[in-house]
Amino acid sequence: MASSLEVDLVDAVGKVWSGKARQVSAPAADGQIGILAGHTPILSVLREGELRVQTAEGEQLAWHVDGGFLSVDSDTVTVVVDALSDPTTSDH
Amino acid sequence: MAGSQRVYKQRIKSTQSLKKMFRAQELIAASRIGRARDRVALASPYSRAITRAVSAVATHSDVTHPFLAQRTDTNRVALLLIASDRGMAGAYSATVLRETERQIEKLQAEGREVDLYVSGRRAVSYFSFRQRELAGQWIGQSDAPQYETALEIADTLLERFRAPADEGGVAEVHVVFTQFVNMVTQRPRVIRLLPLEVVEGVAPAGDGGPLPLYDFEPDPETVLDALLPRYFRARIFASLLQAAASELAARQRAMHTATDNAEDLIRTYTRLANQARQGEITQEISEIVSGADALASAS
Repeated sequence: MASSLEVDLVDAVGKVWSGKARQVSAPAADGQIGILAGHTPILSVLREGELRVQTAEGEQLAWHVDGGFLSVDSDTVTVVVDALSDPTTSDH
Repeated sequence: MAGSQRVYKQRIKSTQSLKKMFRAQELIAASRIGRARDRVALASPYSRAITRAVSAVATHSDVTHPFLAQRTDTNRVALLLIASDRGMAGAYSATVLRETERQIEKLQAEGREVDLYVSGRRAVSYFSFRQRELAGQWIGQSDAPQYETALEIADTLLERFRAPADEGGVAEVHVVFTQFVNMVTQRPRVIRLLPLEVVEGVAPAGDGGPLPLYDFEPDPETVLDALLPRYFRARIFASLLQAAASELAARQRAMHTATDNAEDLIRTYTRLANQARQGEITQEISEIVSGADALASAS
């Protein structure tokens, strides 16, 4: 099933979150980008903004990030952030 | 004779209290080392992700960046030494200091001027005792480094690397730290961090496999510009964490040996004290007996 993404969210001190997701939305340099499975490989700088992850179970996770970068490569999304505030969970 | 017994008793007592202290230090180091190793492991996904990204940019575009270019306008170099704040870690500080001296000598033989940046109180006092000038120093958390400190160190060094030659800019940044190989082996390492070695970047990082053709947002230059300082900071932080784990491992081992030595000493002194006591008793008996003999022959 190629419809899920492997997401790793890491900061300098450790892994913040890791798991399967349906969709990731991140504040890229040119504006918010949405990533679904099968996205083309991309390396992008992140601005300050909100990073949202919709997990495979349909849960919505969100973090506020201060900056960092994001790489997508064969359905593996790695988000590297400098600093982020606690995740806020909201029902979908 | 009574005197020597008392002296031995005193020594046994003081060695016993020393032993307790060594044992406590050993246990403290042992309990902290697990955490220090965890932190090394926890920080590695970050540096792995960054290394991979740097390799991707370096292989797929021919961008140049000041961090990758050799500077020729100055022969000043910065050397960062990561040592410990406290002693009681055996040869840990001495080893890394010796390595630093060797590196300084080598750089000076190449006609370079070395600016010393030092982390760890032991190293700071080593150099200030010898009245050697330090360009920067950080003390207070060698066994549990915070990311903020790593940031501060990294940003200081980056700033110096970016500065023009007449304002004290440096052409290279070297780091001397102790690599944590395992609980028994910690190895001093010298690495050149700046300018970054592209060879290292091009090699596929970690899990290997050909890197995909990435799109860069907004463009390769900006991505590289955002990546390289982070890469540098991650390397500094990783060195600090490695050094912290090495320090604790060295301390645990040194304190274990010290405890064993204290036990040996206590055993030796106990034997000597027993001998002294026995000698005293023997002497007392012979005095009594000879006294009784004298009385008997007198009557």
